[in-house]
Amino acid sequence: MDLGVWAQVGSYLPVLLQGLLVNVELLLGLLALGFAIGVVAALLEVYAPRPLGFLASAYTWFFRGVPEIVLLFLFYFGLPQIGLRLSAFLAAVLALGFRSSAYQAQIFRGALLSIPTGQMMAARALGLSRLGAIRHIVLPQALRLSLAGWSNEFSSVLKDTTLAWGIGVVEVMRQATYIRARNFTLTLPIYLTVAFLFLVLTYAGNFAIGMAEKRLRIPGLEGRG
Amino acid sequence: MALLRVEDLHKRYGHEEVLKGVSLTLAAGETKVVIGPSGTGKSTLLRCINRLTEPDRGRVWLGDLEVTARRADLNKIRAQIGFVFQDFNLFTHLTALDNVRLGLLKVRGMGRREATERAMAELERVGLKAKASAYPAQLSGGQQQRVSIARALAMDPKLMLFDEPTSALDPELIGEVLAVMIQLAKEGMTMIVVTHEMGFARSVADEIVFMEGGVIVEQGPPEVLFRSPKVPRTGEFLRKISELYGEAG
Ligand SMILES: Nc1ncnc2c1ncn2[C@@H]1O[C@H](COP(=O)(O)OP(=O)(O)OP(=O)(O)O)[C@@H](O)[C@H]1O
Ligand SMILES: [Mg+2]
Repeated sequence: MDLGVWAQVGSYLPVLLQGLLVNVELLLGLLALGFAIGVVAALLEVYAPRPLGFLASAYTWFFRGVPEIVLLFLFYFGLPQIGLRLSAFLAAVLALGFRSSAYQAQIFRGALLSIPTGQMMAARALGLSRLGAIRHIVLPQALRLSLAGWSNEFSSVLKDTTLAWGIGVVEVMRQATYIRARNFTLTLPIYLTVAFLFLVLTYAGNFAIGMAEKRLRIPGLEGRG
Repeated sequence: MALLRVEDLHKRYGHEEVLKGVSLTLAAGETKVVIGPSGTGKSTLLRCINRLTEPDRGRVWLGDLEVTARRADLNKIRAQIGFVFQDFNLFTHLTALDNVRLGLLKVRGMGRREATERAMAELERVGLKAKASAYPAQLSGGQQQRVSIARALAMDPKLMLFDEPTSALDPELIGEVLAVMIQLAKEGMTMIVVTHEMGFARSVADEIVFMEGGVIVEQGPPEVLFRSPKVPRTGEFLRKISELYGEAG
């Protein structure tokens, strides 16, 4: 490969970045959705009475057990058959977001269970309601503990956003494939570039999470929790 | 009228009957020390009083409020009963100040400035004003326990329950916690203290309650119990723990 090839890749970079932006939007959407549902599902599994806890467990079991691509096809091609037509982008956020929520729920559940029961007891003894104790005492501690596991989930769903390609979302992989269709000599360099972009994003994201972890660390507990 | 009345409390865990009918009364300003071998239900008794543990049978009154009533507003009642745990249970993600302030803000609904002032005053009372911004993990056991006492006192409790407040502490830290409790008793706080610190019991307890096997075996003023217990087992136990813990407390 000569320099001319890379110059061509360079000229396509804006298009690639445009695609990557869609991946980032997918990522933010699905992480937020996954976080919100994940926290609720974990709380239900740990604190709610049987039927609700069971429902939450069934939910996480389903979304952890079905491959992402199957979920994507179900949401995008399947749901219209029962009258629910979603845009490809929305279908991707929902399918991947629900899936992520199931994994996030596992992370939060583990963290919730590792908070000593004395914390809840002390909160109740002060007169806080159960919900108040969860909100002010248990959850803030559990979320801090979850950051390490959450950073794994971040890396994993970041990569999964490329699967949205399969239902026609014009994200970075689809852009790369358009470029390649026009110019086959660029096949290797264009996919290498995409790979590089993801490495950068993964690094940046984990760096940010690491910073957050440091900032949220409880003084005196270094190396212990 | 009695400040606290406990009537015929029963509690069972599986096949094990932990409380087999415990009754006691505290007048306002009274301090009772509860002693007894491990596993006889002392902690269970304290937790049944504010229903952290649900008793199977029996009744509890705080003043003329029935704690065990079906429709009792438990959160409101618990806010009036300070509870001090053996292992402190300070909220690990909050500073000393926030630990003491939390109940004022979230339970009493106090404004931020007032709550801060009150919390600082309580920290000063236990000699820890300088540690207001320290996190629990940055405090010694004795300091943590004093913060947890401040946390309970900030709520203006009518009654304080202490569950072996010094047994998780190194010997050299016990004194500072007992000093705070002695001061409290002198100021007229009503308290039940589960402890084996007999020096403390002798100096501040109006009565010692000896529990064994889920019942109160004997209760009475320290001088009486130490000198002439009615039940031989009481004297035996008192001698044993006096040897074990000394009386210096
Ligand atoms: N949540 C629980 N579930 C099952 N059994 C329990 C529970 N809490 C206490 N017990 C049992 O009840 C009995 C009394 O326990 P409790 O903690 O009240 O005793 P204690 O007098 O405070 O003992 P110690 O001096 O060791 O603190 C023990 O045998 C204990 O194993
Ligand atoms: Mg106990």
